[in-house]
Amino acid sequence: MIDRKTPNKTLGESLRDHGLSRRGFLKFCAATASMMALPPGMVPVIAAALEQARRPSVIWLSFQECTGCTESLTRSHAPALEDLILNLISLDYHHTLQAAAGDAAEDARLQAMEANTGQYLVIVDGSIPGPDSNPGFSTVAGRSNYEILMETVEHAAAVIAVGTCAAFGGLPQASPNPTGAMSVMDLVKDKPVINVSGCPPIPMVITGVLAHYLTFGRLPELDAYHRPLAFYGQSIHDRCYRRPFYDKGKFAETFDDEGAKLGWCLYRLGCKGPSTYNACATMRWNGGVSWPIESGHPCLGCSEPSFWDAGSFYQPLSVPLTATSGDLLTAAVGGAVVGAGVATLANKQIKTAVANRQPVTVEELEEKL
Amino acid sequence: MSGSMAFLLWIKGPMFNIALAIFAIGLFARFAEIFLLGRKPNYAEPRAGEWLPGFKTMFTRSIADPGTFQRASFNVVVGWVWHLGFLIALLLFVPHVELMKGLFGIVWPALPNPVVDLITAITLIALVATLVHRLTHPVKQRISTFDDYLVWTVVFLVVLTGYLAYHRLVNPYPIALGMHILMAEIFLIILPFTKLTHIFTAFIARWYNGAAFGRKGVAS
Amino acid sequence: MSGLDPISVIIESNVSCAGMPQDCGNALPILHEIRHALERLISTGEETRIDLNAMPFGPGDLDCLKALLGTGEVHATVEAMGLTLIQETAIPGVWLVDYQNSDARRLTLQIEIASVPEILRPQPLDLAEAINTLDGRLTQSASNRHHSS
Ligand code: SF4
Repeated sequence: MIDRKTPNKTLGESLRDHGLSRRGFLKFCAATASMMALPPGMVPVIAAALEQARRPSVIWLSFQECTGCTESLTRSHAPALEDLILNLISLDYHHTLQAAAGDAAEDARLQAMEANTGQYLVIVDGSIPGPDSNPGFSTVAGRSNYEILMETVEHAAAVIAVGTCAAFGGLPQASPNPTGAMSVMDLVKDKPVINVSGCPPIPMVITGVLAHYLTFGRLPELDAYHRPLAFYGQSIHDRCYRRPFYDKGKFAETFDDEGAKLGWCLYRLGCKGPSTYNACATMRWNGGVSWPIESGHPCLGCSEPSFWDAGSFYQPLSVPLTATSGDLLTAAVGGAVVGAGVATLANKQIKTAVANRQPVTVEELEEKL
Repeated sequence: MSGSMAFLLWIKGPMFNIALAIFAIGLFARFAEIFLLGRKPNYAEPRAGEWLPGFKTMFTRSIADPGTFQRASFNVVVGWVWHLGFLIALLLFVPHVELMKGLFGIVWPALPNPVVDLITAITLIALVATLVHRLTHPVKQRISTFDDYLVWTVVFLVVLTGYLAYHRLVNPYPIALGMHILMAEIFLIILPFTKLTHIFTAFIARWYNGAAFGRKGVAS
Repeated sequence: MSGLDPISVIIESNVSCAGMPQDCGNALPILHEIRHALERLISTGEETRIDLNAMPFGPGDLDCLKALLGTGEVHATVEAMGLTLIQETAIPGVWLVDYQNSDARRLTLQIEIASVPEILRPQPLDLAEAINTLDGRLTQSASNRHHSS
């Protein structure tokens, strides 16, 4: 029987057991600092903390999702996923990655919960049909997502909602939200919830948040949306290398005009960078190769709530969501009709007043005085 | 504030529709009223045409006559500065041009952002100056009504929130942008019911004036 | 041959989507940071590390920075958990340290302002064990010689 208890060895010990030298460990810490978006000056602190850290047990729950978040995570290159799973965490339950199936898989989850009660981390990807929804919309092992989430979270140390679906409801929650999808934050009120939003999130950010918890034994500093400030503290726009063009007022008007070729700002093509908070501009994608704006496409704003319902991806941020010139015309015509009505009424009153006017004599006027 | 995005989406969505509807209904009701009530028929024989002088006056009245300029140079200069600044920021800032394009499908060239930024700053200063003048000038002080202060506040806040949003001085940004759009919506809503209507009626009134003078054969 | 190969791809333009390299716009502030760090190194011996991964670089910015810093005399390689490539720049005391994983993919790229980059120096805990290690080898070779004689 596999021992699901958190291993007693510290991370430093187990890394050395894996044959990692002290220089290797230093490098591991440098990579970890970079991953956590911490300045390299923090490396000694990180090294000291990691030396003492213990691998937490992690249970990964997948609900109404597309597995894109897991796909993203498996492309995390620093540290490589194998390192992450073997060294940083003890991943005890994950549909896509675990070998066990059926009852054995569910048993693994229950055992990990029992052995590490109060200490394990729960990672959730995907949104959850709310308690009032039809439980059949999404089930695992014949039980509703809601039930499994609440059961698993009850004795957890914290919950990490990975991806915009788990963090804010995402695509399943987009209008008209047929499954009554809710975010983890909507449902879990009595445990710390960290949102790692993005569709999918940057892999380094997922591992960075785990590494932070592991290194410092506590959750990172969060923004108003419960997102770690280290990664979501600044907007895309504020760190965008095309920003000088925005400031100068140089914009690409189409995807293939001269401005696009010169790398000008993509605001007019619908860039949501100004209202989107994420780390793409610095951490980039695919191992630092590029990121959407560098590839010539406006930011979609995927790490923000309701991004599917926030209007066209290709309409600038300043364009209203639903109002059209047709609406304006209708309202104008309506207004004109009202005004015409009022004017006709007034005209009629004047006319009747004129028609009914009686001559007044001087005597009558004097009487009134 | 965790609902900042929800706020922005509401401001850009339903609230914008409401504001636009009130604006259009209110404004066109007033237009219809003005045009249908019209003027009393003038039975005197016209001495000259009325259309041309009417149109001419729509523009010539923008320049104050020397007498007015001498009597109220502050009003003329500062008034000009902030009116122009407001119009430039409104019509020639890229996001605003995009808004018009989204709504009406027509585009025109915009000014570079730093230029609009500078003009906006000047407009803000000029607006503050008008308020100080209104509060200190003995005559203006007495003739100012609630309407005047309301309109000043709304206009000032529209420009100020726009300035704050552009410089990202309020966080999170959706709140900054949402506040600016909300102020613009309030501006639209009160426009037909306050002296802001002059944006449109000033030109109608000038036309009537010019036309009446033209008909009588006098220069206006 | 993958199933996609029959689809012919015609490249119509060599322009990159990222836009033209700019005039080093985002690299310049780093140079100023390096300058301050050098002043500190010279006056107080304080070392500085700058994580280039965290910089909002546009296309060409990194190459521009590297070109400005130039290439110095020292190249070094550390083999621990994959390679780490160390390159002295033409500015003494300014090093480029490229940490790679075992698949030769970059983990992070740092500029180190120090006399010797940290990773080249023996680690303090290793150093503390150095005499023991050497003693171990001495006894080993002594006993080897003893056996062979
Ligand atoms: S491309 Fe987008 S994020 Fe970059 S400067 Fe332009 S609007 Fe901002």
